Amino acid sequence: MPKLLEVNGLVTKFYTEAGVVNAVNGISYSLGEGESMAIVGESGSGKSVSVLSIMGLIPTPPGRVDAGEANFNGRNMLALSTNELRDIRGREMAMVFQDPMTSLNPVLTVGRQLTEALKLHLGMDTNQANQRAAEMLDLVGIPNAEDRLSDYPHQFSGGQRQRIMIAMALSCNPSVLIADEPTTALDVTIQAQIVELVKQLQEKLGMAIIWITHDLALVAGLVEKVVVMYAGYIVEQAPVHDLYKKPLHPYTLGLLHSMPKLDEKDQTRLASIAGLPPDLRQTFNHCPFAPRCPYVIDKCREENPPLMPTGPNRTSACWRWEHIREETGFGVNV
Amino acid sequence: MSQENGNSAFIQVRNLKKHFPILRGVLRRQVGAVQAVDGLTFNIYKGETLGLVGESGCGKSTTGRAILQLLKPTDGQVVFKDQELTKLSGGELRKARRHMQMIFQDPYASLNPRMTVGNIVGEPLEIHNIGNAKNRRKRVQELLKLVGLNPYFVNRYPHEFSGGQRQRIGIARALATNPDFIVADEPISALDVSIQAQVVNLMDDLKSELGLTYLFIAHDLSMVRYISDRVAVMYLGRIVELSDRDQIFEYTLHPYTQALLSAIPIPDPEKEEKRQRLILEGDVPSPANPPSGCRFHPRCSYVTDICREEDPEFRDLGRNGAEHWVACHHAEQFI
Repeated sequence: MPKLLEVNGLVTKFYTEAGVVNAVNGISYSLGEGESMAIVGESGSGKSVSVLSIMGLIPTPPGRVDAGEANFNGRNMLALSTNELRDIRGREMAMVFQDPMTSLNPVLTVGRQLTEALKLHLGMDTNQANQRAAEMLDLVGIPNAEDRLSDYPHQFSGGQRQRIMIAMALSCNPSVLIADEPTTALDVTIQAQIVELVKQLQEKLGMAIIWITHDLALVAGLVEKVVVMYAGYIVEQAPVHDLYKKPLHPYTLGLLHSMPKLDEKDQTRLASIAGLPPDLRQTFNHCPFAPRCPYVIDKCREENPPLMPTGPNRTSACWRWEHIREETGFGVNV
Repeated sequence: MSQENGNSAFIQVRNLKKHFPILRGVLRRQVGAVQAVDGLTFNIYKGETLGLVGESGCGKSTTGRAILQLLKPTDGQVVFKDQELTKLSGGELRKARRHMQMIFQDPYASLNPRMTVGNIVGEPLEIHNIGNAKNRRKRVQELLKLVGLNPYFVNRYPHEFSGGQRQRIGIARALATNPDFIVADEPISALDVSIQAQVVNLMDDLKSELGLTYLFIAHDLSMVRYISDRVAVMYLGRIVELSDRDQIFEYTLHPYTQALLSAIPIPDPEKEEKRQRLILEGDVPSPANPPSGCRFHPRCSYVTDICREEDPEFRDLGRNGAEHWVACHHAEQFI
């Protein structure tokens, strides 16, 4: 698969009054053309900041991308000017945000919002743009698409608004779609509709997808590879089957064991991860997960583990990944 | 045990309704009603956890609040400890509330930011005149310890705590008056995955330690399967299915429950690939103007003429002494 996006050593910090927050600490990953990948992590893990940095959407100040490069179609996104970025955003790289209630402008019609990017990026006239907008609404499953272009966002339900956001993102045929928790604000039956829609659209249009989420269950049937983030670091990355079958980082393992499984009858006590995520104002010269880790040894408290290859196409940032590979089950029940 | 044989039931809910009026015009005339909860009949047994699930707007939170009389029901009865709660006066109700408490969804909004943790947890004791100042202080420290917080935190303020810790404070407050019954309204939905398990385990431990009965309201079916003894599924103001946890999940009788279960992702790529998804079309209709007949019929794939016209009865199709309540004309075909 030819590489579409390659992120190398990305570092993003927020310089706040309360101190410097190390949001993303030198992460690297790559995405192939038409590939789908998930970035999984809890709040504050840096999953959203890492992609917002690439798109130049970090509020500056206080935020700043301090190091790294992000090569997209042969251009380093982090070195581009605002105008050059604006040209890429929405056209080649599009994004769907978490909250469909607040990401649409309530005083403009849906048609106006859908055609804006078409006119700006593709230079279409009003008629062409309207026609294309109606096609897009139809594609994402909004009935009577043509008539509904003149409706306002409040006339649509939450699930429909997220469909409109997706239509907007895909209208210029981007080569990568970034979906930042697009279903978190929706009910499960509506979430299932949106996930199915994105899957179908990917088959039809062939764009690459980065799906950002906190829900390991959601992406299991959706993507080809998974990147797990914790405290601004990538702690594990692997092809989807390998990751769920045999997680090789204690955090991934802990996350999987702290979720009850819908399809399992005899449920043992949930293995929770003890403690809290760390304060990101510190710099880590130890493993950031060490204070919560049931496998911790002295070395973990002294040296921050780099990502080590643990198998074909997979890496883990744990000194004890070989030990974890030999073991079955989750070590300690806290 | 049947729904109508109330003797063994700890809490009996009968035909509970909560309608919110829709007012229009200068004279604020009532032009309609949002039928948030529309005729619920069920029991909660001593020492059990009854899970109440459904999507947003189905009336599950309203049900919890109407049972505790935090919202005055439009119609129906709630019997708790031989008292008909809907008929109690304000003072009597306050006394009864000592035995039934609530844990709220949002740990950021449900704690007063200007009160110390000690005052927050101790307030119910003051309101109910339990003990003197010194006893109360001791009790507060005990409670904090019970929920896994450091007793020396009494003088701190809510903003000094994380989401999971705040939810523990909310739980300590609910436990302060030694209640028997607790309504937990989505207590973990605002928390991160790794913290959810901590809070659920805590609630489980407290239940067996203190002999509590829970009404656990949630939209996350996998968590509900984990924590509940029995599960009730709500759709648009009605309970559509109610049974033992394993019955519901393995011998699902209502098409809505089937769709809901099928929509939940499983954290296993192999199972996900093999799964046949049943995807519901459309959105939940407005409870101000619910569909005729069976309320689920516009989205149901088994719909027939009778569903459009007749409201299905909530009936017990359980076998071998087990209860399995369902409101569907065609439930027999799923047995």
